[in-house]
Amino acid sequence: MIALEPWLRARRDEGRKLLVPYVMGGMSEDWVESLQAVVAAGADAVEVGIPFSDPMMDGPVIQRAGVHALDRGATPARVVDDIASAELAIPVAVMTYYNIVFRMGHRRMARSLRAAGIGAAIVPDLPLEELDPWAAEADAAEVATVLLVAPSTPQARVARICARSRGFVYAVARMGVTGERESLGSDSADVVRRIRQVTDTPVCVGVGVSTPAQARTACAVADGVVVGSALVRRLLEGGGPDAAAELVGQLRAAIDEM
Amino acid sequence: MLGLRVLLKREDLVHAGSHKLNNVVGQALLTRRMGKRRLVAETGAGQHGVAAATAAALFGLECTVYMGELDTERQELNVFRMELLGAEVRPVRAGSRTLKDAVNEALRDWVATVDHTHYCIGSVMGPHPFPYMVRELQRVVGDEAREQCRALLGGDDPDFVVACVGGGSNAAGTFAGFAPTRSRLVGVEAAGGAAASDGIPGVLHGMRSLLLQDEAGQILEAESISAGLDYPGIGPEHAHLAASGRARYEKATDAEALDAFRLLARAEGILAALEPAHALAWVVREAGQAVPEGSTVLITLSGRGDKDVAQVRELLAAGRDGR
Repeated sequence: MIALEPWLRARRDEGRKLLVPYVMGGMSEDWVESLQAVVAAGADAVEVGIPFSDPMMDGPVIQRAGVHALDRGATPARVVDDIASAELAIPVAVMTYYNIVFRMGHRRMARSLRAAGIGAAIVPDLPLEELDPWAAEADAAEVATVLLVAPSTPQARVARICARSRGFVYAVARMGVTGERESLGSDSADVVRRIRQVTDTPVCVGVGVSTPAQARTACAVADGVVVGSALVRRLLEGGGPDAAAELVGQLRAAIDEM
Repeated sequence: MLGLRVLLKREDLVHAGSHKLNNVVGQALLTRRMGKRRLVAETGAGQHGVAAATAAALFGLECTVYMGELDTERQELNVFRMELLGAEVRPVRAGSRTLKDAVNEALRDWVATVDHTHYCIGSVMGPHPFPYMVRELQRVVGDEAREQCRALLGGDDPDFVVACVGGGSNAAGTFAGFAPTRSRLVGVEAAGGAAASDGIPGVLHGMRSLLLQDEAGQILEAESISAGLDYPGIGPEHAHLAASGRARYEKATDAEALDAFRLLARAEGILAALEPAHALAWVVREAGQAVPEGSTVLITLSGRGDKDVAQVRELLAAGRDGR
């Protein structure tokens, strides 16, 4: 297993901007190949969705991918096994909702991630106040729990979230759900600045980062970007590993030029 | 007829047709107090949506109501009512196209609009303080009912207090009035969406409660003729009351609810909503059994049935009443 935070810190400290693409686990027959293509095209880490029936933080594109995955019989255990079988050379974070973690059990979930070589988890509907029972097991299994900061988060809370976030801090670019937008949220630079005031952990911007130009704008202040819906849409349209690699390559080139 | 003394708490007579108004007036006032100008709401049967639209009109707020597409079809008239009252109704095409999906969409709207919008949640569910707040805004049902029961029963409380449970707001309000009494509290769920009876602990929509779900934690779809009971969870306080034994939770089938709907129409000249028809159905079924002969029973009639008449006609014509 590759631990997420040291890996990202090392790359950032070399002056590299971080690219973290998102793929929904189990969304298509060839999703593991797509994941591998994303890695080969220049991702620094990947985020893999474990589908949930009620993904409240996600917009229509990722919702649809989740429905596809569930219709294809995806389960948390199967997605985790598939990730392990992909033998990726970069760190992996799973993104799912708390009920999936709760049903599996904190310890079992943390250990199964660890056993599969998955070094991080993002659980956006698990608030800071309720985090400890999961985080204790995740820490024990050396699974980093990435926390999110929103534009509406008061500064005192930003400090508490950043103190507890592992791997990186996920800066939510705008108030709203995941999905492609015409422009990068105007709040994103402010969120990143407020996170920087209280932590040295890498900061990646997500939610509505869809184009190479938006990725570059976000990376002007942040250490990196998370790109989900734009990539998942290409996979839903049947583009497969080639389309995934093409977009990731474009994003890579855009932020490498900086 | 049943060998029982049945008292009905007539929330069907509340303005806009159900107990839902008690809650939305309180939340609309809070919305103004917070300086916000818009409400979003979810609705199943449409009663909460109509109530929210009514309060929004009264208090000069904008109002957007999310409603599962399936529910907009079976509750067409309520959609039109909301629109007449100035609300925008957005059909939700995701998932089971019912109440749970409407809640998801309302939450997604709210996270993007929270600076000027209040989520006027319709039941005793969601994250704290919603379950508590909605129960307190609905406890007028139970407080009034207890006072009225004592007047009618010579200072006594009823032997049984019965209310239908979807998310559980009318039951929570009713039970709040009777929790300190000797009355036995019974919540009646739709057999196709009985989270208290068939659910297991889980976390959804910001609350930990009993949920219908599979082994992995995927939420299952509730299914009932009553759009207002089509929710795969119950409010967390109901889960607590069930665990503590202070209340018990029972089920009534679609066919039993339809029978009870017709029975009440003929016997009392009251068209109840299909939701409280489930509460009535349990009492009818259990009269002389779980509810001993001679008992006094309070049933909260949470809403009126005008909205359901077209659907009942179709169900009866299609033989969905089990005959």
